[in-house]
Amino acid sequence: MSDNVGIEEIKERNQKVIAEVLAAYPEKSAKKRAKHLNTYSADKPDCGVKSNLKTIPGVMTIRGCAYAGSKGVVWGPIKDMVHISHGPVGCGQYSWASRRNYFIGTTGVDAFGTMQFTSDFQENDIVFGGDKKLAKIIDEIEVLFPLNKGISIQSECPVGLIGDDIEGVAKAKAKQYAKTIVPVRCEGFRGISQSLGHHIANDSIRDFVFDKLGDKPARFESTPYDVAIIGDYNIGGDAWSSRILLEEMGLRVIAQWSGDGTLAELESTPHAKLNLIHCYRSMNYISRHMEEKYGIPWIEYNFFGPTKIIESLRAIASNFDDKIKEGAERVIEKYTKLTDAVIAKYRPRLEGKKVMLFVGGLRPRHVIGAYEDLGMEIVGTGYEFGHNDDYQRTTHYVKDGTLIYDDVTSFEFEKFVEKVQPDLVGSGIKEKYIFQKMGVPFRQMHSWDYSGPYHGYDGFAIFARDMDMAINAPVWRLTKAPF
Amino acid sequence: MAKLRQIAFYGKGGIGKSTTSQNTLAALAEMGQKILIVGCDPKADSTRLILHAKAQNSILSLAAEKGTVEDIELEEVMKYGYQRIRCVESGGPEPGVGCAGRGVITAINFLEENGAYENLDYVSYDVLGDVVCGGFAMPIRENKAQEIYIVMSGEMMAMYAANNISKGILKYANSGGVRLGGLICNERQTDKELELAENMAKKLGSKLIYFVPRANIVQHAELRRMTVIEYAPDSEQAQHYRNLAEKIHNNNGQGVIPTPITMDELEDMLMEHGIIKTIDESLVGKKAAEVAA
Repeated sequence: MSDNVGIEEIKERNQKVIAEVLAAYPEKSAKKRAKHLNTYSADKPDCGVKSNLKTIPGVMTIRGCAYAGSKGVVWGPIKDMVHISHGPVGCGQYSWASRRNYFIGTTGVDAFGTMQFTSDFQENDIVFGGDKKLAKIIDEIEVLFPLNKGISIQSECPVGLIGDDIEGVAKAKAKQYAKTIVPVRCEGFRGISQSLGHHIANDSIRDFVFDKLGDKPARFESTPYDVAIIGDYNIGGDAWSSRILLEEMGLRVIAQWSGDGTLAELESTPHAKLNLIHCYRSMNYISRHMEEKYGIPWIEYNFFGPTKIIESLRAIASNFDDKIKEGAERVIEKYTKLTDAVIAKYRPRLEGKKVMLFVGGLRPRHVIGAYEDLGMEIVGTGYEFGHNDDYQRTTHYVKDGTLIYDDVTSFEFEKFVEKVQPDLVGSGIKEKYIFQKMGVPFRQMHSWDYSGPYHGYDGFAIFARDMDMAINAPVWRLTKAPF
Repeated sequence: MAKLRQIAFYGKGGIGKSTTSQNTLAALAEMGQKILIVGCDPKADSTRLILHAKAQNSILSLAAEKGTVEDIELEEVMKYGYQRIRCVESGGPEPGVGCAGRGVITAINFLEENGAYENLDYVSYDVLGDVVCGGFAMPIRENKAQEIYIVMSGEMMAMYAANNISKGILKYANSGGVRLGGLICNERQTDKELELAENMAKKLGSKLIYFVPRANIVQHAELRRMTVIEYAPDSEQAQHYRNLAEKIHNNNGQGVIPTPITMDELEDMLMEHGIIKTIDESLVGKKAAEVAA
């Protein structure tokens, strides 16, 4: 009973905060933003917010662009290909090695993940077109880095504006070098966020990797236990701490998309028995395509925190025979002691702490279980570029009365945190220092604040330590003025 | 020295902008005016009649050759032609690649930064016919050209283009100081051409500056890559261009903010002059066979 009263109060407070925030906007903007802010009501099919709409001009959005979605997210981590940021230097320079997708390999020899390749457009390239320069860059890459397995061309805005024929260059050079060369039309002005970039990049894998395979058989001996990890970018080693669990339960991981991934792995994936999707938002498109074209089923899983890991391991195993099902139980059993110890150590220090999140593709919902395993509570969450199907999926995670904010603006986020007073905010680098200056503990939930991995059992231990470190750091006791 | 006059010639493609402008500017030069012609067309042929040759080094072709526009010296691209008229061409990419509009912007910025406009009475921009993007509107937008002369004829599409260019001028007239100097009719020998041109100018709130009659001698001069002023200075046609030059010279400060009309008004005007016949609205979009049936 008392619980219910609490929730009503929270809902009322949330609506009041939302109204306060909207009051600061001009009428037209307030009307538009109102549709993106709400309080989740239990038993509703989604979170009651509009999403995937154009950001209103004048606000500070946290979103990125189509180029960020393609180069930064989907293609960038493919380590044995060279990814050319095609256009002026800035897009490549400022996104250089910023996503922490770990990889194994020798940089500059057979791995290129931390290198930056740009065509560095000058005025002349705009006026006369950049195709010749692109062809020259590809030639130079072939000379300097002959062990590259392929090249992707990541279009920046001007390439689309001046109508360069990057497809023509890619085709000619692919033929000349007998290599995979992928033109990606991910100009930043396309779409309303990085989300379209994911889609465009997925489509380019379909058109320039899958469709070029023909009927070639697998280059390996298939087993009934072949799976692919889709939508894990190996931030701080996430994919590795996920992969070991799958392998320990008896599955064979034939591909990682795209963290620590290779072109050969992309090409192998049409032979998988099951696709395992971690980031649904950025790679559901190619997964659906593989389901339609190759008949490969896919399931979403969540490797944040023991509760969700256990659920996911069992859900994955249910697609296989008893050997795998037993394997899943064995894995769960094996790590119980570890997670119990982690929880025993950190839960008392974190119990009841309130968290507000604002992240990208899957984390606004996926990490909730990990916090709850530590006794923490999510009081607000939202997506930078989520679609309605993300907000539907979010209902399985959030509690009644959770504050929901889609494509939150800098102003709104600040106000929400000020009014809700959470014990921790989890978002990105642009948000970090604003909240820390407000005296609120903060963790970056894109880059894991240069820590990680957070996936899997190993990741959970690190996650718990990091959250404790952020919230219980003695520094916060010094932020109150002594006068 | 009088204030620099910044003028530009716009008009439908093929209407005779370059011919009219070069002849007129040649006449102005005869009058002792110091002139710079800036060709804003990737074809780089706006100064051919003054230089007796197609400009060899356009700003952008040289920039492409040397690496960047910063590597060029003004002397390398500025040529002196008939009556010491200074000529530069922006140049640009071959059709189908790159961005010629950006090229115009680059070229004009280069000229300004390198002092090409010093010690001049006139600078004249010759812009390609179809103002397809912002780059080609640069002379209007950035207040580079302050008097626009529209070259047109009695053909419907030429008047349509004149009206569209007026819309462009109107768009920037209040933010900058650009004004419509007037219309120049380059005779095509269509029906009631003078009357139509005058009426069109009136509708636009402007005036017909001059009616240039059609004469074969213009072709003869062009074949020799010369203006009529230079080729046949005593001809009647040369006198027409001198008259036009005189009018433009005396038109200083008399430009207007144009009042472009709607497509319907334009069609009405043509009907009024009997150029197009009234059409039964029920016949619009019907094929000949359908009408016969």
